[in-house]
Amino acid sequence: MISLFRDAEALVRSEAEAAYPYECCGLVMGVLDGQDGDLRKGSALVVVANAREGDARRRRFSIGPEDFLRAEREAARLGLDVIGVYHSHPDHPAVPSEYDLSHALPFYSYVIVSVEGGRAGDMTSWRLAPDRSSFAPEPLEVDPGPARPES
Amino acid sequence: MTATLVVPTALRGFTERKSELSLEGATAGELLEALVALYPDIRPHLFDGEGALRGFVNVFVGEVNIKGTGGLDTPVKDGGSVMIVPAIAGGAGSFPSAGGGRIR
Repeated sequence: MISLFRDAEALVRSEAEAAYPYECCGLVMGVLDGQDGDLRKGSALVVVANAREGDARRRRFSIGPEDFLRAEREAARLGLDVIGVYHSHPDHPAVPSEYDLSHALPFYSYVIVSVEGGRAGDMTSWRLAPDRSSFAPEPLEVDPGPARPES
Repeated sequence: MTATLVVPTALRGFTERKSELSLEGATAGELLEALVALYPDIRPHLFDGEGALRGFVNVFVGEVNIKGTGGLDTPVKDGGSVMIVPAIAGGAGSFPSAGGGRIR
């Protein structure tokens, strides 16, 4: 299960709406708990500019290794881990695509928010199966605790 | 020759949660092979079916991405640091899955 601090969850939505009709993206920082880190609390975001260009950003996002490295170091500075990735699906459901699946990494929570006509709607979270064959849904909840959004 | 390999959070489930490993190897490729020899289950997440490094897996020797320095043949200094750094990609397209935890 992933629990997103309310401010972090709100920031995902506002970023998704601001980026519309393009996809937004970024990384979720937080802490891991439970067996194998299965209980995670997302307390802050690293907002990343979608590295795809032009109209490709309507259906694709990319976070380059330099941005990822920056996030890893920021998380370490805060005593957190990078625990997931968020992105938006403009005018599409908040479910992973085949493209998401083929490019996914294990362990991370993949948070997806649907944006319909510029307004953020469903938000879901998913995790890659160990054999890379599919995404499994992951329960997602909002935690009212304090957040430390990063940009 | 020994170097430190830094493992991202995503792959620590395969390395007994270790974030850093001291491994033998003279190149980035040899270091990754040493990692796979130690933890075979990590292989499909680093390499595709043809043995090539997956497109979203980046390897940095020091501060430099090996994509610009000879790839897996990039030499590693004794006592050096090598990092596995993911690039993340995805996006809307076809939708094979449904359901899942959600909030509105």
